[in-house]
Amino acid sequence: MLEHESTPNTTHSKTTGLPRKRFYRARAHSNPLSDSHFPVPISPSQFDYTLHYPQLFQSSDQSDGSKKIEFADIGCGFGGLLISLSTLFPNTLMIGMELRDKVTEYVKERILALRTSNPGQYNNVSVVRTNSMKYIPNYFEKGQLTKMFFLFPDPHFKEKNHRRRVISPHLLDEYAYVLRGGGIIYTITDVEELGVWMNSCLENHPLFEALSEDELEADPVVKLLNTATEEGQKVARNDGQTFRAIYRRIAFESNGKVKARTFCARF
Amino acid sequence: MEDSIMEESEQKLETEVAPALIAIHPAQKSVSVSVGSDLRVFNLQDGTGFKLVDENGGHKDSIRAIRYSKSGHLFVSAGDDKLVKIWDTNSWRCIYSVVSEKRVTSIAISNDEMFVCFADKFGVVYVVEIGDYHCENPALVIKKAVPILSHYCSIITRLEFSPDGQHIVTADRDFKIRVTIFPKNPLDGAHEIQSFCLGHTEFVSCLAFVNSQDYAQGYLISGSGDSTVRLWDYASGSLLDTCEVGAKAELLHSNGKEEEILPAITDLYATSDGLLVAAAIQSLSGIMLLRCDLSARTLSVAKVISVPGETFIPTSIGAASSVPLLWMVMGASSLHNNNSTLLVRVRVISGFTATSSKSIEHETSILEDREVPGGESLLEILQGKLSIGGEAFSTAAEAVKTAMRNLLIKKQYSAERREVRKKGRNDKKNQIVE
Ligand SMILES: C[S@@+](CC[C@H](N)C(=O)[O-])C[C@H]1O[C@@H](n2cnc3c(N)ncnc32)[C@H](O)[C@@H]1O
Repeated sequence: MLEHESTPNTTHSKTTGLPRKRFYRARAHSNPLSDSHFPVPISPSQFDYTLHYPQLFQSSDQSDGSKKIEFADIGCGFGGLLISLSTLFPNTLMIGMELRDKVTEYVKERILALRTSNPGQYNNVSVVRTNSMKYIPNYFEKGQLTKMFFLFPDPHFKEKNHRRRVISPHLLDEYAYVLRGGGIIYTITDVEELGVWMNSCLENHPLFEALSEDELEADPVVKLLNTATEEGQKVARNDGQTFRAIYRRIAFESNGKVKARTFCARF
Repeated sequence: MEDSIMEESEQKLETEVAPALIAIHPAQKSVSVSVGSDLRVFNLQDGTGFKLVDENGGHKDSIRAIRYSKSGHLFVSAGDDKLVKIWDTNSWRCIYSVVSEKRVTSIAISNDEMFVCFADKFGVVYVVEIGDYHCENPALVIKKAVPILSHYCSIITRLEFSPDGQHIVTADRDFKIRVTIFPKNPLDGAHEIQSFCLGHTEFVSCLAFVNSQDYAQGYLISGSGDSTVRLWDYASGSLLDTCEVGAKAELLHSNGKEEEILPAITDLYATSDGLLVAAAIQSLSGIMLLRCDLSARTLSVAKVISVPGETFIPTSIGAASSVPLLWMVMGASSLHNNNSTLLVRVRVISGFTATSSKSIEHETSILEDREVPGGESLLEILQGKLSIGGEAFSTAAEAVKTAMRNLLIKKQYSAERREVRKKGRNDKKNQIVE
């Protein structure tokens, strides 16, 4: 299925050795049914690490090296959080997922520029244009991720649009699937109504539990939520209030009892 | 944005034809056929048609899914009228009616017959508790359904319970198959995803399980618009084998551009020993048999059974687990709203079993109308008429093609529209940001 690009020269600029615009590989067959005009890997094993992390994965035969993406920033916007995380966790692979193509292009170029000006750094960060609400399982295997970020997501105020929210009871099932037991989901917003919604979705989900105050205090990532992203900085400039909901994926316990709370399926 | 696309495609579905469906009682006590809003049931035990008793007067729009429960005590029908009807197969009385918010695309009954699940046009799967229906009073009961899982904005094409009842499998119109643990109390939702079976490159149109005594848990098989049938270890989501059905059978006719799209698999049915799988294919007159080797975990084309003298492209197939007969129906709701009886064609293949002999080459045959169980009275009731003229055939064949192609074309169309819209939206957003 997977069509290999013929030579490295076609995907990498001869002068800089950096990847050209074609950042990822398309399906071997173009899919007229695909909902989208961006390529989506058929399954996580077909996600091309050599194109996203060329300094860490020189050739495709090396990509069986067990290292996989562990952090995902969903709706990463202009990528501020990823840039901060990249140096804070230099040995962890991370990716931003963004729906708007121009914004994704911007983040790509931002990462490339940082790699060029800081040799040896920012090689662990990349971005894809995708609809995270549809294609998360195409990118990550079961239990692959240790952190997922949802920073200042679009609020979708109207009740009939709540199902478009990127945190919802049903989508949490998918996030629980890609998160490892103990993995953490971070959410923050300046919209109180959305903050309450995200918190209650997580609180009511049988596969998530809230982090304690002490754990939040000890986690260096928590401090970045308000400060690292463009949206967060905007809110801070206006002295806006923010609402966090940070939860841990409870370890897999197939058919065992997980959390002693009945899940309310109304939404 | 997503909403308007869904609405748009829902409107278009109004003009979409619904394929005729067939379901066989597990002990072959009755055979059911649906076409349009018509549900026809033939009683094979006394050779007459059943009179269905429904206070609400049956379905009001195209039926999209029918099936018997594992024991055969229950039968469920559902479709475009947003109603799920649960029937008692003793009396053929509709005992429960469930109102869905959206059109229903698929249904499944849990192996213990305690729950009915159905999927709607928005990709949400609902569950209804049946409980002990004998205790209810004889009046029709309206049940409420609870959402348990969802495929975000993708139409669910099939719902299926695993042989051990531990998992519920959902296939969608993108290319996804999701395997979810079916919890003890499904009314609280089905949150734990066991796996995703990813590999199809077009919509997944049908699912079936193959299992045997040695492989009780069984494997999953799926058919798709990508013209393949795939074999999966559904516990892990690993793809075990891909059978390039369309390509192998050289089904492509060289008459124009529309055939550039490989024919879609429309339905699958596996024998109870898990060794043989029948596949109905969009442009194949007849049926294709695949051999399934559970120990080698492979799937291969065994043979094509063509129907002499007729262009018979089955829209749905089925069998009773204990009887080596494969039932097939061809037909569709009419493209234009006329009130005449909708005609379908029913055919039966004998020798639909693999255990009797290693070679199935000479074992199968297409039964003549008089050889079909229930004989001509069955055909008269299920088909709507005993003999179906050639004209009805070509109409049905055309309708089937349209129904299948709609799955492809509609989506492509809305994707383009969406791209246009998205561009407009991006420009606006960028201006705000910059
Ligand atoms: C308000 S912005 C916040 C961006 C960033 N997280 C920040 O804090 O600055 C929300 C972002 O989510 C993106 N988005 C919305 N729906 C998405 C989806 N389904 N998949 C991927 N990205 C999405 C939007 O394009 C937008 O860039």
